[in-house]
Amino acid sequence: MAIEQVGDQAVKATWEGDLNQLKGLVTERAITGETMLLNMGPHHPSTHGVLRLLLELDGEELVTVLPDVGFLHTGIEKNIEDKTYEKGVPLTDRMDYLSPMSNNMVFCMAIEKMIGLDVPERAQTIRVVLLELSRIASHMVWLGTQALDMGAMSVFLYCFREREKILRIFEMVSGQRMMGSYFRPGGVWRDLPDGFHDAVNEFIDYFPPKVDDYEALLVKNPIWIDRTHGVGVIEPDLGLAWGVSGPSLRGSGVNWDIRKSSPYSGYETFDFDVPLGEHGDVYDRFMVRLAELRQSLSIIKQGIDRLEPTGPFRSENRKFVPPPRSALGQSMEAVIHHFKLWTQGFDAPDEEVFAAVESPRGEISCYLHGTGETRPRRVHFKTPSFMHIAAMPMIAEGHMIADLIAIIGSVDIVLGDCDR
Amino acid sequence: MQIAPPIDPVEAVEEQFGDDVLHVKTFRDETTIVVTTERIVEVIQFLRSTPGLIYNYLSDISSVDYYPNDYGDAYDGQDERNYRPERFGVAYHIYSMLYNRRLRVKVFAMEEDPVVPTIVGLWPAANWLEREIADLMGIQFDGHPDKRRLMMPEDWDGHPLRRDYPMGKETVQFSFNVEEIISHKPLAKD
Repeated sequence: MAIEQVGDQAVKATWEGDLNQLKGLVTERAITGETMLLNMGPHHPSTHGVLRLLLELDGEELVTVLPDVGFLHTGIEKNIEDKTYEKGVPLTDRMDYLSPMSNNMVFCMAIEKMIGLDVPERAQTIRVVLLELSRIASHMVWLGTQALDMGAMSVFLYCFREREKILRIFEMVSGQRMMGSYFRPGGVWRDLPDGFHDAVNEFIDYFPPKVDDYEALLVKNPIWIDRTHGVGVIEPDLGLAWGVSGPSLRGSGVNWDIRKSSPYSGYETFDFDVPLGEHGDVYDRFMVRLAELRQSLSIIKQGIDRLEPTGPFRSENRKFVPPPRSALGQSMEAVIHHFKLWTQGFDAPDEEVFAAVESPRGEISCYLHGTGETRPRRVHFKTPSFMHIAAMPMIAEGHMIADLIAIIGSVDIVLGDCDR
Repeated sequence: MQIAPPIDPVEAVEEQFGDDVLHVKTFRDETTIVVTTERIVEVIQFLRSTPGLIYNYLSDISSVDYYPNDYGDAYDGQDERNYRPERFGVAYHIYSMLYNRRLRVKVFAMEEDPVVPTIVGLWPAANWLEREIADLMGIQFDGHPDKRRLMMPEDWDGHPLRRDYPMGKETVQFSFNVEEIISHKPLAKD
């Protein structure tokens, strides 16, 4: 099955590039003044965060693109080393702030794998529903900002209106609109609130006509097509070599979705398609993400149908999961576990694990190394935005400067995700 | 198109590289192969190009610091699973889309002068991943084309992700108190 999914691109694994291109230098023509150097950012709105791009321009043509990151480096990996495992979860929210649930998910998955913790089936379904809502919310910001960058203001306003509805649902379950930290090792924080099903069902009915609106606004829009067709092509084998993943790689026709290839959290029980592009240009990536909106909605629908309003939402293993607050008044054991887990935390073995999930931007992976005690030795997140910005020279060089804006929008980067 | 049947990566690497495979362990269905630092490029190239393996995608390169005392002679022997000859570890996570499996290849770098050969010639994706490690963990990558810092400012002292680097909680530095702050920082003097 995996072979069919991937096709023969996977076999083309070699990269025949020039190491000199990776030196991060402008060409000699810039020194003689033949080409112009231009700083884009770090405050340019269409760079989607504090990204600085040093551009070498020959007229309007990009000769060299040198991304400069690190302005949002907040030391999240270092900070998690100083916290117990469960208290590390809120920090992961702050990496990719447009889809915090995916970050929670990969961190919790790594912890669960490390300590061998079970997750109840219902909690897994809750996670899938929220992950897909989070994917839609993230794609809404992508679509809005991509269109805004290219001059289509109204799409931006529509997209943020829809995203607001999803953030309301997040606020309902976790008390926070964005940084919910709702996923915890062993399940989710609290059970679903009353009215969650109604809110999600209302969204399921509300959303499909809106996707039709976006399609009507953009898909056959001649200006949009002119700006996006054949721009920023990622060749499949080059994309693989540069570590591009997610919708950006699927736009090039590489059928690799971690939800299908190594399903987690019960994705194997859901029925959905993986949309693929053909040419790998900005337009195909746009179409892939638009199609993903409908697929995500279908997953949410299947999930909410099988989700009971109440039931188990977190593992009952009291060595790792704190007891519910209500149990503290009745059980001495519960008090002991509560006190131990919130002050000291639980021990994880002195071993290393690796977990990867499909975030809205691509493959986000977590490498977790324990110490045998209550704090990790090392946490490392490989984030899709990081790889995509690293690949920016490969995608953008040779294009016009206006196309760069379209390319930045189409690979969907978040600088908090990149710098961590 | 004929696709070669998958073969066991551990056996293949052991057969090809013999004594250069230092240790193999499996934890939670994840296989780790520890090889000698000098031959990491050959090992990765072998895993990438051999029919039946084809690990074609570089998922991640991460580093780990075993400071202060979880490595070396004092720690060997204690538990056979934890093979840690040197202070720094570099873990390469590679993924085979064809056979849908992952593998971790690990090398170790000594404390005094941590140097690991670069694999940027195999995958350009390694470019920034290695720069990040060189910046934050201080492991140098021999042959890397771009040795500038990636995350931290160029004039930053020390490597923040090392375990002996102090963890935050410092006064914000202004021009009026810079002298006093630097006098408290042993690392800034080096």
